[in-house]
Amino acid sequence: MIPAPFAYARPTTVEEALQAIADGGEDVKVLAGGQSLIPVMRLRLAAPGTVVDLGKVDGLRGVRDDGDAIVIGAMTTHSDVLADPLIAEHAPLIAEATGTVADRQVRHRGTFGGALVHADPAGDLPAVALALDAQFVIAGPSGRRTVPASEFFVDYLTTAVEEGELLVEVRVPKLTGQWGMRYEKFNRVAQAWSIVAVAAAVRREDGHIAEARIGLTNMGPTPLRARAVEEALAGAEATAEAVGAAAARAAEGTDPSSDLNAQADYRQHLVTVLTRRAVSTAAGL
Amino acid sequence: MTPITVRVDGAAYTDDVEPRTLLVHYLREQLGKVGTVVGCDTSNCGACTVHLDGEAVKSCTVLAVQADGCEVTTIEGVARGAVLHPVQKAFHEMHGLQCGYCTPGMIMASIDLLKDNPDPSEDEVREGIEGNLCRCTGYQNIVRAVQHAAAEMRGDTSASNGHSGNGHVRPAVVDTAAAPHVAVQA
Repeated sequence: MIPAPFAYARPTTVEEALQAIADGGEDVKVLAGGQSLIPVMRLRLAAPGTVVDLGKVDGLRGVRDDGDAIVIGAMTTHSDVLADPLIAEHAPLIAEATGTVADRQVRHRGTFGGALVHADPAGDLPAVALALDAQFVIAGPSGRRTVPASEFFVDYLTTAVEEGELLVEVRVPKLTGQWGMRYEKFNRVAQAWSIVAVAAAVRREDGHIAEARIGLTNMGPTPLRARAVEEALAGAEATAEAVGAAAARAAEGTDPSSDLNAQADYRQHLVTVLTRRAVSTAAGL
Repeated sequence: MTPITVRVDGAAYTDDVEPRTLLVHYLREQLGKVGTVVGCDTSNCGACTVHLDGEAVKSCTVLAVQADGCEVTTIEGVARGAVLHPVQKAFHEMHGLQCGYCTPGMIMASIDLLKDNPDPSEDEVREGIEGNLCRCTGYQNIVRAVQHAAAEMRGDTSASNGHSGNGHVRPAVVDTAAAPHVAVQA
């Protein structure tokens, strides 16, 4: 199918983009890579009056070093993320999860920021951003504001980006110490969304797990932190038994949906298995 | 209407397009590049894969206006005159197609894969073309074709006759006894 007609704006700066969004009123959609938006427009599940295409906006693409953080431009494609040396060095969890997104054609077009703002519960990057305590820089008519990942994902397909605003970049704090990371994803067929996935970053110190950060994909309308597991792992011995006991608590506080792929109780079991695997690998066990 | 300028298979075009026009429809209906086909309505099948500035994309999930200023290569632009691209040749030689509908996209995705990974394992080929579906379930020979092309493009002459060192790029033997109608037709 062909999308319904829409007015098209092709800004070249963030300021022009914000103006185009303001001019579009309530019925405006921002087009990043378009790998989620164009399919839903083709299926007429979305029929925005105005589409603001960020493809020609300079300065939203690329990754830079900013001292204690790396900064990922919202329009950086998944392919660029996979090839980026700063991400490989400071946040390999992002690259690992990005490599599981869809297929290579989609990864050439789809963007880091677009996937985060789309906030699909089964999307891979929101849980990773949450686990890494990323900060979201949002531009609006009255300037820029920064929102922590813990407040960015509000509900199903809904983020803290308000009408008239635009996500411009994501700051990922550099981790200090000896960290291991792992994204453990479960799906059944090629190019499929996660049925459940677990993003784990683990800091080891003297044979113990000093700190663990665990993000869960598709265990509720938003990505979640597995706080009970993180608390159980803090200071625990780095052994398979300790990790297994902590991972058994991964479903606490989750509210997964039931759909054609899995029932909620199955997801709540699966998340304990995937958490054990992710933490074990991240901890080098 | 929105003006766009693109290069497609080496030729420059300037056109006014409706913003909702998908790149694949622009290529097929406005430029007559019907070698690129539409297989699905859900971005799943990859039959419409073309290269946009050298990267494989699904042209049913790109707006024509997004290609403004870009270089597009379709399946019609990969051969050099009558000389097939090594991946086209390998699909031919290794029987990498049955009905052929997925083939343009398979070839464009495979060329993109081999650019990043000139010597993929069987698993890497299967992962690399996961965005392309063959509804004849002909993946065995497609994987063989991609590995055969990879060897040829690396200049590995031992594979040029269909026999690589470990023999896994040989075309599958068709068992005509199991399919009597094939023998009758033959």
